[in-house]
Amino acid sequence: MSYRKDMIWLAFFFGVLMFAPMLLPNNYYLTILILGCLHAMNAVGLCLLVGHAGQISLGHAGFYGLGAYTSAYLSTTVGLSVGLSMLSGVALTVVVSILVGLPSLKLKGHYLAMATLGFGIILSILFNETVDITGGPSGFVGIPRLSLFGWELSKDVTLYRAVAVMLCLFVWLSFNLLHSRVGRALRALHTSERAAEAMGVDIARYKLLVFVLSAAFSGIAGVLYAHYLTFIAPSSFGFMFSVEMIVMVVLGGMLSVPGAIVGAFFVTVLPEFLRAFENIEILLFGAILVLCMMFLPDGMAGGWNKLWAWGKARLSGAAHG
Amino acid sequence: MKATKCVVALVAYLLACVPAFGGDAIKIGAILSVTGPASFLGEPEKNTLVMLQEQINAAGGVNGQQLEVIIYDDESDVNKCVMAAKKLLDQDQVAVVIGPSISGNTLAISKFFSSAEVPLISCAAAEKIVRPVDPWIFNTPQLDRHAVSRILMDARDKGYKRLAILTVSDGYGQAGRAVLKELVPAEGFELAADEVYGPKDTDMTAQLTKIKGASADAIICWGTNPGPAVVARNRVQLGLDTPLYMSHGVASGKFIELAGDAAEGLVLPAGRLVAVDQLPADHPQKPVLEAYVADYTKAFGPQISSFGGYAHDAFALVMEAIKMGGSAKSGDIRDNLEKISGFAGTSGVYTYSPENHNGLDESAFIMVTIENGTWKVLN
Repeated sequence: MSYRKDMIWLAFFFGVLMFAPMLLPNNYYLTILILGCLHAMNAVGLCLLVGHAGQISLGHAGFYGLGAYTSAYLSTTVGLSVGLSMLSGVALTVVVSILVGLPSLKLKGHYLAMATLGFGIILSILFNETVDITGGPSGFVGIPRLSLFGWELSKDVTLYRAVAVMLCLFVWLSFNLLHSRVGRALRALHTSERAAEAMGVDIARYKLLVFVLSAAFSGIAGVLYAHYLTFIAPSSFGFMFSVEMIVMVVLGGMLSVPGAIVGAFFVTVLPEFLRAFENIEILLFGAILVLCMMFLPDGMAGGWNKLWAWGKARLSGAAHG
Repeated sequence: MKATKCVVALVAYLLACVPAFGGDAIKIGAILSVTGPASFLGEPEKNTLVMLQEQINAAGGVNGQQLEVIIYDDESDVNKCVMAAKKLLDQDQVAVVIGPSISGNTLAISKFFSSAEVPLISCAAAEKIVRPVDPWIFNTPQLDRHAVSRILMDARDKGYKRLAILTVSDGYGQAGRAVLKELVPAEGFELAADEVYGPKDTDMTAQLTKIKGASADAIICWGTNPGPAVVARNRVQLGLDTPLYMSHGVASGKFIELAGDAAEGLVLPAGRLVAVDQLPADHPQKPVLEAYVADYTKAFGPQISSFGGYAHDAFALVMEAIKMGGSAKSGDIRDNLEKISGFAGTSGVYTYSPENHNGLDESAFIMVTIENGTWKVLN
């Protein structure tokens, strides 16, 4: 897609996010939207890393949790201000992602997936076992609510707006990145690392850049999550969530940022709609995912593009005929 | 485009199926971990609530009003639990909520209930839920503190001095470990060893060998199935003759099945559900327990556990509060719950007050041992 089209999409998406609360009957839907936005932040980062740069990570739930726990610990136990704790949470995530990325990004394919998987599991064990810091398996209680510049966002609607603006910022950043030299370099190294290297692309640097960026996205999402829910438990940051993130990206369409967002919202919202079918909801959820992958191998974004092309052909056909 | 049509039809069908309820039934919400790692708690709890709802409605409801129990499965997951809580409060607008099944999820959602002013009666045992007291949050299971003090009373009678603890590193074991580390020294015992095992571990020989080296008089193991069964088996394999106490987390037939012969002679605190037939005839809990065991086994088979009893008691207490006040408004239910006194449930005899939102004490437990594959009450 052209840069202009991307920006139009972003403006449209921003509008939808801002107007959505007015159409919602109650706070329950707002909760789903907030979690959807947080998941979408993770998915956007992972879309850059997995879809565009072709580097698989199964450890991003770890970064999500690292941001959440750092900020929770600093603001609750140490007593720092929420703003400062959030910044520190994100900073630590970035530092750790550099330390993890430096050695592990030298690996390729399954080996990179294994390394990041190991990292995610180590963090998950840490969250569970360091009971004095994290509160262990039963969770971290009493985290202060999100506040910006000394102003607490006590209403869900204001918090939602803050999260939505953040998400749009991430999308804007991603679009700019993809339409720049970096984006082209990433696509080049995805196609062939050797060819890219031969053309003078510093692949190690670009890989690390996009890895750290996606980790930072996850870290920020984690920080916001902790101060939205005011409670966190290790089960939210386990291996399964890393897999769920990948599902969101693949379902949406690996190469499309809007696709990743749609995928994230789909995976978050669908189980809630399926609640009406008590005992078979998980079966239905699985069946829907399988159907999507069977009929939309390029994800929802791919499906949409096909539909668009088909509609266009029909229209022009009708005009000629 | 047949596929597209199929998908569209499916989505339309799904949306159309969202059930629409009407009338002025009393709405009671429940969030239970019916699936996921904590399903051993949530499933019997759900069965119990469904069964009790049918019973009450068949008998004409409560105060002439029918009941509508809305049960959501949180899949043992915090995020799902939060969404279920919001849905019950904002969309279904229930008068009172029973659950969640696990402590972490209860702690995650309890603040929503105090701000919405809807009572929450949790089926999870952590002390943090009811201490300090939140006016809108209650729970029904016996506290770990009560189980530990029953074990320590027994240990004192037998003259043990040095105790070793072996706990699982999940929410249940962690809460038990905290209480054990507080009460063991406070009651004048010596903590000989403090070992931990993982919830998925399949061999605890290493921990038991360490404990053997610490020359403890007795071991207290804190966990839920299947870990403690492994501990019991490993103890026999190692030829360790140090007495072994278990927690009430294994007080179900499943444990005896898993541990087999290794379970013989183990001592643990348990709710009276495991030994209904051995209760004296004049015990206040006897009629409640007999009815519950009979009804449950008739509807769902013989695999009964005391966990479903937590939901039974929460439900019975809510019914009692509604009858007492003749009102099913959230505020009235809360006020009347605090006035309940001497109410016999499956887990014990409840007496709530503004300072006590758990309502049970040590007497909710009996000490039992396992003999010839069944429970035997100790005096």
